[in-house]
Amino acid sequence: MTAHTAHTNKEVLSRYLNLPQGEKVQCMYIWIDGSGEGLRCKTRTVDFEPKAPEELPVWNFDGSSTGQAEGSNSDMYLHPVALFDDPFRLKPNKLVLCEVYKYDHRPAETNHRRTCKKVMDRVLEEHPWFGMEQEYTLLDQSMHPFGWPRGGFPGPQGPYYCAVGANNVYGRDILEAHYRACLYAGVIISGTNAEVMPAQWEFQVGPCEGIQMGDHLWIARFLLHRVCEDFGVVASLDPKPMPGDWNGAGCHTNYSTEAMRLEGGIPVMEKAIERLRKQHARHIRLYDPNEGRDNARRLTGLHETSHISDFSAGVANRGASIRIPRQCAEDGKGYFEDRRPSSNCDPYQVTEAMIRTTILDEWKDDTQAAEEEF
Amino acid sequence: MTAHTAHTNKEVLSRYLNLPQGEMVQCMYIWIDGSGEGLRCKTRTVDFEPKAPEELPVWNFDGSSTGQAEGSNSDMYLHPVALFDDPFRLKPNKLVLCEVYKYDHRPAETNHRRTCKKVMDRVLEEHPWFGMEQEYTLLDQSMHPFGWPRGGFPGPQGPYYCAVGANNVYGRDILEAHYRACLYAGVIISGTNAEVMPAQWEFQVGPCEGIQMGDHLWIARFLLHRVCEDFGVVASLDPKPMPGDWNGAGCHTNYSTEAMRLEGGIPVMEKAIERLRKQHARHIRLYDPNEGRDNARRLTGLHETSHISDFSAGVANRGASIRIPRQCAEDGKGYFEDRRPSSNCDPYQVTEAMIRTTILDEWKDDTQAAEEEF
Repeated sequence: MTAHTAHTNKEVLSRYLNLPQGEKVQCMYIWIDGSGEGLRCKTRTVDFEPKAPEELPVWNFDGSSTGQAEGSNSDMYLHPVALFDDPFRLKPNKLVLCEVYKYDHRPAETNHRRTCKKVMDRVLEEHPWFGMEQEYTLLDQSMHPFGWPRGGFPGPQGPYYCAVGANNVYGRDILEAHYRACLYAGVIISGTNAEVMPAQWEFQVGPCEGIQMGDHLWIARFLLHRVCEDFGVVASLDPKPMPGDWNGAGCHTNYSTEAMRLEGGIPVMEKAIERLRKQHARHIRLYDPNEGRDNARRLTGLHETSHISDFSAGVANRGASIRIPRQCAEDGKGYFEDRRPSSNCDPYQVTEAMIRTTILDEWKDDTQAAEEEF
Repeated sequence: MTAHTAHTNKEVLSRYLNLPQGEMVQCMYIWIDGSGEGLRCKTRTVDFEPKAPEELPVWNFDGSSTGQAEGSNSDMYLHPVALFDDPFRLKPNKLVLCEVYKYDHRPAETNHRRTCKKVMDRVLEEHPWFGMEQEYTLLDQSMHPFGWPRGGFPGPQGPYYCAVGANNVYGRDILEAHYRACLYAGVIISGTNAEVMPAQWEFQVGPCEGIQMGDHLWIARFLLHRVCEDFGVVASLDPKPMPGDWNGAGCHTNYSTEAMRLEGGIPVMEKAIERLRKQHARHIRLYDPNEGRDNARRLTGLHETSHISDFSAGVANRGASIRIPRQCAEDGKGYFEDRRPSSNCDPYQVTEAMIRTTILDEWKDDTQAAEEEF
């Protein structure tokens, strides 16, 4: 495998990263761009260590360079909403997750956090918990899966899931580095494993309550791309990076409310699942950034997926849309797993949809909702 | 030799591995998959440092991806049974050896630990000790023995056993790294040496009492595969990796009970060996994961093995099934070595068979035993 064309000497870097910085703190503002899946970042120096996002100023950026505005009217606003410790520059430096607003102070098209937060604020007493399982594929600089033979393929799937060994997993160092980076930053990362396709990995973020799910997953994704950049490889969140007999990548979403977690939780879960059944098409449109067109390449009914046009639910059934873990079925309470979201979904859209359908039972048409929410 | 296609920069990794992780502890659950020889692993975060396996929760995994279940009913359970310190992520992080159970809570087909433990619990007063000599062969990414000339062979066997020198041993760094990893983890590793075929190595685990033998050998194997992964080479536990005039790989099992280790131990050993003679065919079926078919390629009567169809025992005789070390013959007590087990044997099956034959003199047919045990 040839080294990345932009490889730089990490030993040289570390001398500089060890330099004291006095009172100054570097704050890296991070936001979602016009694609709904890309992340952008830029840094500013402040002369104090912020403890809450409100302490940091609203900033602006050139939206015409991120697919979010016209050049003639390009200023867009960044509103800090969450703080994390920076595992690259180390404490006291910070990563600052932001919401994007347009020149007229309306939310940007891909700012789905705003309505998600409003919805979450309406259901605080339900204590909705989420856990999202982010799958991703490592690619080399030529966009071929990392570690795969040049111009070729590894042996068929079977030996790679949760495997160990240089012939079974490619790129564990990225997984390990990312796990530690998340722990340091304060992201609620609950686990990792190697996935079914070689060079494919998964990490899980959660359990998070309410708006925290989207915040933590987006920062975890930023950390993933940034760690991969350090290693000279690329993380793809495409839901079907390799056509053919190779698994796709999803973002299975585990969900429960307090009522589901208590005795007698199963009927509450079943009622929620029935509501999801009625809103299947709507959810599919919200489970990737392209109204289901990305997921259509992945949800085929094969490779442990349900077909995109079908809704099904079952205990321990990985071919269903909704899987109820066997332990929960036995306990009579717990949580269920929505296996439909694509790896490149927006967690704000996914979690908001889950709440609207299963708790609020309330969907306005998009224009009306946007006007009312704003 | 070309670098592994999935080679990643270890210096970059070390910066991340040095990040503090606060209260969080990473616990890597390890289990044996449906093949009976493959190991799988996945990690979860906990917010305390476990001191005993019972403190950790039962987990589940997708058995349809490890040859252990169907997709429609795929949940399987992982029960923690032994803890070790993690030499890759370092303390306080842990490796957690697990037993696998099916959806109906019966042991998985390749969960041989369960019955082994029951048997060991019945003979605690005998204090059975084991020492297993794990041989393995290093392969490069093309599955050719590591260090061998491309498309070719080294000179004939003779100079390589316990040798030193770049022309005699290939991959000592793996042996050295693995030895230290085992010591750090708390695995009872008693020694190492270079083996008769170049790129072939051996380590010994023991003396272990009872169930500990299987636990420590399986974790030592996991550490081997994981260390090799870091080096970009593959460890093969196949019993005959190179056909022709090249040694195979075994897992010679040294065994004694307290009675054998005391004065007058030789008659006890001889009685045990006679019982083994009567059960030769049964043991052969249990000494590799494929009922003897793997071992048939290795136990030819050549290359310091006995023939698979013959049972023999002798002092200092490496062509026999059972070898009594000369020192033990002279002392009148000690232990003996069963040279039949294959390098890819399941140590739970080997040690359970040894106890059943030499102490309990008790074999039920498999179905009856499985039902009664469960």
